[in-house]
Amino acid sequence: MTLLIGSLQLGFLYSIMVLGIYISFRILNIPDLTTEGSFTFGLAASSILTAAGHPLLGLVGALIAGALAGSVTGFLQTKLDIHPVLAGILTMSGLYSINLFVMGGASNVTLLNNDTVFTLFLKVFPFMSKDAVKLFVAIAAVVIVTVLLTVFFKTSLGLSIRATGDNADMVRASSINVDAVKMIALAISNACIAFCGGLIAQYQSFADINSGVGILVVGLASVIIGEAFFGHRSLMIGFISAIVGSIVYRYIIALATKSDMFPAYMLKLISAIIVTVALAVPAIKTKMANDKLKRQGMRESDGGR
Amino acid sequence: MLEVINASKTFAKGTPNEHKALDHLNLSLKEGEFVTILGSNGAGKSTLFNAICGNFLLDEGSVILDGKNISYLPEHQRSASIGRLFQDPMKGTAPNLTIEENLALAYSKNTKGLFRFAITKKDREMFCEALKRFDMGLEDRMATKIGLLSGGQRQVVTLLMSTIVTPKLLLLDEHTAALDPATAEKVMAITNDIVHERNLTTLMITHNMGQALTTGSRTIMLDSGAIIFDIKEEERKHMTVSDLLDMYSEKKKEEFDNDRILLN
Repeated sequence: MTLLIGSLQLGFLYSIMVLGIYISFRILNIPDLTTEGSFTFGLAASSILTAAGHPLLGLVGALIAGALAGSVTGFLQTKLDIHPVLAGILTMSGLYSINLFVMGGASNVTLLNNDTVFTLFLKVFPFMSKDAVKLFVAIAAVVIVTVLLTVFFKTSLGLSIRATGDNADMVRASSINVDAVKMIALAISNACIAFCGGLIAQYQSFADINSGVGILVVGLASVIIGEAFFGHRSLMIGFISAIVGSIVYRYIIALATKSDMFPAYMLKLISAIIVTVALAVPAIKTKMANDKLKRQGMRESDGGR
Repeated sequence: MLEVINASKTFAKGTPNEHKALDHLNLSLKEGEFVTILGSNGAGKSTLFNAICGNFLLDEGSVILDGKNISYLPEHQRSASIGRLFQDPMKGTAPNLTIEENLALAYSKNTKGLFRFAITKKDREMFCEALKRFDMGLEDRMATKIGLLSGGQRQVVTLLMSTIVTPKLLLLDEHTAALDPATAEKVMAITNDIVHERNLTTLMITHNMGQALTTGSRTIMLDSGAIIFDIKEEERKHMTVSDLLDMYSEKKKEEFDNDRILLN
């Protein structure tokens, strides 16, 4: 039971990070490796402010931290013309030091004796159980972020971001500064990811410098799992599929650990394999279709002999 | 309206591949003038368009549009007053966005405010009216992704996109060359309508000499990055395709003779 509810809580919380990855990976069409750094950046900022007694400010700090990290990657990509993947790696790598600096040189921070947004809510609604409050806060955060994103992507700027991922030349021809649009999109994407990191720090009352390791693959796996259910359709459905993907991913992980199929340290490998298989499906399908045509063609020419 | 003064551009300078794409080219267009451009491959036609649009900066010379020197403006700022169509219908539209979203993006040149809703009801009605006159049934498919349209349909939408906010200059880079003859004719007719109705200053690249002489009001021919003929008014009225070909070979022969003298 705890596992069921716990997975649901984590699924919702991490879905905010998955939304961020959906923006960069699917909408902007850039694989952004800043993720691992920006997630931890949000986590660090949030934990330090929470430890100082400002959990809400901590979440705001996480948002700003993520937006900054995204802007830096955007700047490297557009103004300095560095390959998008490399730009992300550079920012991520640099952030490792910055995150340690933010956390005061310590590799972890504990918040067990501090108020978090979760304990604050529990004080306001004392009749609710601890788990119910955690779930409620997680769902509320996801709903707010999703609604804001959906509205934002209906504005002119949002439309420019979607078009930039599709045909940047056409956006330039519409007198829109593509570089600025990319930077804004990466800032928003990483703000979501860092906000998620900030929530996670307060959720587990603990922040660790290595929390972000492998998070990109988790996000990609969630996006892909969600798309397996919903396919590529409108933007709103895309966001919902990202959220569902994140929850399903958590249940797959829970199931795998519960059933003792493999030790917990194998999870990253499993995630990587899920993503690889999902990304390989189109290529394998084409190959199979071509092989079938080839076999048919051979058989027919044999028959004509 | 448009003035290109003494424009020069050399690519891959200082390498064995050095290529003089524009060679002290001068061109001046009056407001509402519709000029067709002829020239063989590599003559500098597209390079001229790229120079006007700001894909690169000129080595020498300047571009003046509507009295304003735009030689050093970045591409996206120039495109506020320049509409451009390419030969490839895929280039001008975003395939995963719907027709109305594409039009809205082009229309956003006109509307200030990044956080305004991209498509209002009023916009939608306006787009619908604009599409209706093309008589292609596009007005009923406004929520269709552009990627599902045919090349001709995409080119018509691109044409509408580049003129939805009246540009000061319209550049057509063989925009009907990739279409089948019937569709090409239709797109050309629509182009003519729009250009005349809005009195747009237009440059059109074409490889069809007949079309070059019958469309618009003036024809220029480019060779090795410079204008070799500028045919207008009376002269153009009586010009036939064979006259043009004669003129071209005459000119080429002259050059050839000059080369021979030099080599001797």
